[in-house]
Amino acid sequence: MRTGVFGWLLLALLGCGAASAAKLNVVATLPDYGSIAEAVGGDKVQVTSLVRGTEDPHFVDARPSLVRSLNKADLLVEGGADLEVGWLPTLVSGARNARILADAPGHVLLSRGIRMRDVPTGPVDRSMGDVHPAGNPHFNLDPANGRDMAASIVAALSRLDPANASAYQSNARQFTERLGVKLAEWTNSLAPYRGTKVVTYHKSFDYLLERFGFELVGTIEPKPGIEPSPTHINALIPRMKAAGVKLILSEPNRPRKTPAQLAEATGAKVVLLPGLVGGVPEATNYIALFDYDVRQLLDALKAP
Amino acid sequence: MRGVPRRIPSQMKILRRGLSSALCLAALAIQAQETKEIEQIRKEIQEATDAFQKAADQFQKTTDSLKKRLDQLQGTNVPAAAETKLPPSPAPAADARTNALAGSSPAWSPADPIRVVGNAQNYLNLSFDALFAAGWSTEPDVESLQLGGHDPLQRGFTVQNLEMTLQGQVDPYFRGQASIIFQIDPEGETGVEAEEAYLESMSLPANLQLRAGQYFTEFGRLNPTHPHTWDFVDQPLVNGRFLGGDGLRNPGARLSWLAPTPFYSELFVSMQNSQGETAHSFRNDHEGEVFFGRPATETHVKGFGDMLYAPRYAASFDLNDENTLVTGASAAFGPNSSGGSTDTQIYGLDLFYKWKPRNQSKGWPFVTWQTEWMYRRYEAGAFAGDVDNPAQPSEVLRDWGIYSQISYGFRRGWVGSLRGDYVTGDEAALDPDPDRDRRWRLSPALTFFPTEFSKIRLQYNLDDRREEGVDHSIWIQFEFLLGAHAAHKF
Repeated sequence: MRTGVFGWLLLALLGCGAASAAKLNVVATLPDYGSIAEAVGGDKVQVTSLVRGTEDPHFVDARPSLVRSLNKADLLVEGGADLEVGWLPTLVSGARNARILADAPGHVLLSRGIRMRDVPTGPVDRSMGDVHPAGNPHFNLDPANGRDMAASIVAALSRLDPANASAYQSNARQFTERLGVKLAEWTNSLAPYRGTKVVTYHKSFDYLLERFGFELVGTIEPKPGIEPSPTHINALIPRMKAAGVKLILSEPNRPRKTPAQLAEATGAKVVLLPGLVGGVPEATNYIALFDYDVRQLLDALKAP
Repeated sequence: MRGVPRRIPSQMKILRRGLSSALCLAALAIQAQETKEIEQIRKEIQEATDAFQKAADQFQKTTDSLKKRLDQLQGTNVPAAAETKLPPSPAPAADARTNALAGSSPAWSPADPIRVVGNAQNYLNLSFDALFAAGWSTEPDVESLQLGGHDPLQRGFTVQNLEMTLQGQVDPYFRGQASIIFQIDPEGETGVEAEEAYLESMSLPANLQLRAGQYFTEFGRLNPTHPHTWDFVDQPLVNGRFLGGDGLRNPGARLSWLAPTPFYSELFVSMQNSQGETAHSFRNDHEGEVFFGRPATETHVKGFGDMLYAPRYAASFDLNDENTLVTGASAAFGPNSSGGSTDTQIYGLDLFYKWKPRNQSKGWPFVTWQTEWMYRRYEAGAFAGDVDNPAQPSEVLRDWGIYSQISYGFRRGWVGSLRGDYVTGDEAALDPDPDRDRRWRLSPALTFFPTEFSKIRLQYNLDDRREEGVDHSIWIQFEFLLGAHAAHKF
């Protein structure tokens, strides 16, 4: 009787193992990376994203359930540049999964394939706030980087699953083509507004602004990751007025009081832009995220 | 006419001379003209150079001022002019990587280090955490009131914990970590503790992980953690009484297994030395003092049964997107020093619950609730008595205790906390005994985190001890952290 139960249990466990072996188990930190992995991997992969789109990716809880996800992963896709430094290392060391470690084939560091912005040229210390020595880690917000991220992921998938390499490459080609068409569309629709002056909450939209030719006048945070002080806000208001700032960009999860105050004082408009896939229900995937963000920008810019 | 022919020669001569001199002159003239031209060219070159230099200076000036403006606007240095990338080409994906890498970023290779902690060269991550307290208590002997070794221990200032943490990848198989602690005791003596130093396997088969060295025993939630991660300035009473002021930790080895359950669950089994002051309820000589009325018996390790064993099982459930629960059951078994063959058993149950909304920013807001219950069974040996201490019979001392704490991160950077503590022991031959008597504590606290690298905390303790009565204490705690960004455990 006892052996029977154990036998069934064992069979069930083996069954689980067989079912998961059929698909590559991809774990991405940001849902953006996960979305691209889904587009590239198609039906050959099972993708899990550790960060929820509504969260601050710098401050994610290292929940034990994430250890379990990493334990079963064939491929870990992380952004790097210190984005996940506060929570991923402890998860990875607890996951006891050699497939996703250090020089293992199942590890992708996306920032390696990206031209990083804001790489400090001089020495960095924490009096400058949360400055990342490897550069600004919010590179997912330049849609053109989607191609590079897809390339990194397709290389890893092909390495792990050479039998399906051509399928991954053809998926990636389709994805980059679609992204290219979309990018042209977004660029065209925002072209009349190039040079628009904006203020952002955190230094998280720099890649997006560069792509569409918006000009960053300042940030609500005096330094990256440092809470705004009244002194800083009082200095920011005349600067915004002098520069003619039209928009204040912030993620929906950030505090809304200070942006609202600034908007009232300067006449600029607050635009809530999700910085990650899943940040709003409409941002269901990487392309939908920019569709949403561009629409939000256009709505704000077109309105009288 | 005659003259003419005559003259001819002369003329010829003249002509010749003239010719030659003319030639000469011409040559001279040409030479002069050449020099003039060279000079002219040189002059022009100089002018052009000057003009170019001027333009270059102007260019430099302009770009400098533009860069400066850019820096002012963006707060940091930005790499030069934005390269306008074309919309992604439908190039074969395999080649896209190489295209994307054109530029200054280093070539990527799968052999590159993982760089999970810190950046650049990554052989050793060093961090230093300093924790101080200042305050006042109605109990003049604060050490008799506070059970934790890193609690505020005197009126005025206490250097609670100066902790140096070193960690990194040892090789492809192991990760290493060490915490060396400096402390200044109430007598002003600086002490050093080798608190932890262990290596941990990265990739054992069958979901196993091995840890070996000196480390905190995996008992409950608080014991394996360091003081700077706590929600209060001091340790819960039950931890102090059962696991000791410095926590239960000793040299040993631990194996843990991540179970293949549909939820997270992990089993830990640890074998450690059972002696010393960091094995408080076990073979601890209590620095020559009597413990539960009995002096320490000298004991030796005669077999595996004389080691300290600590099993733990922990499980975690994500109730939904916003609520997470972690529960655990722990035990610790080993001999104690009250007799020749007396043992101690400690059992513990713990619960941790966290709410964090989907829309979090910098980790705020949140609510956490943490509770630990412990029970200790201590076999106390018979003691014949001496001049200072009465005789004690052979008996079993049963104690239990609990703490429960709730923290509410109500506003970015701000956390309000409340903790209740209760410990008690059953009746025994020695009565009263300050190490076993009933006592409770209530502690409200308010913490402000300017960033994740510093904090300031205000805490009030209302203490009630069976024999001593009520005491009031107020403590301010401050902390700073330098160096590598520590990744936080849940």
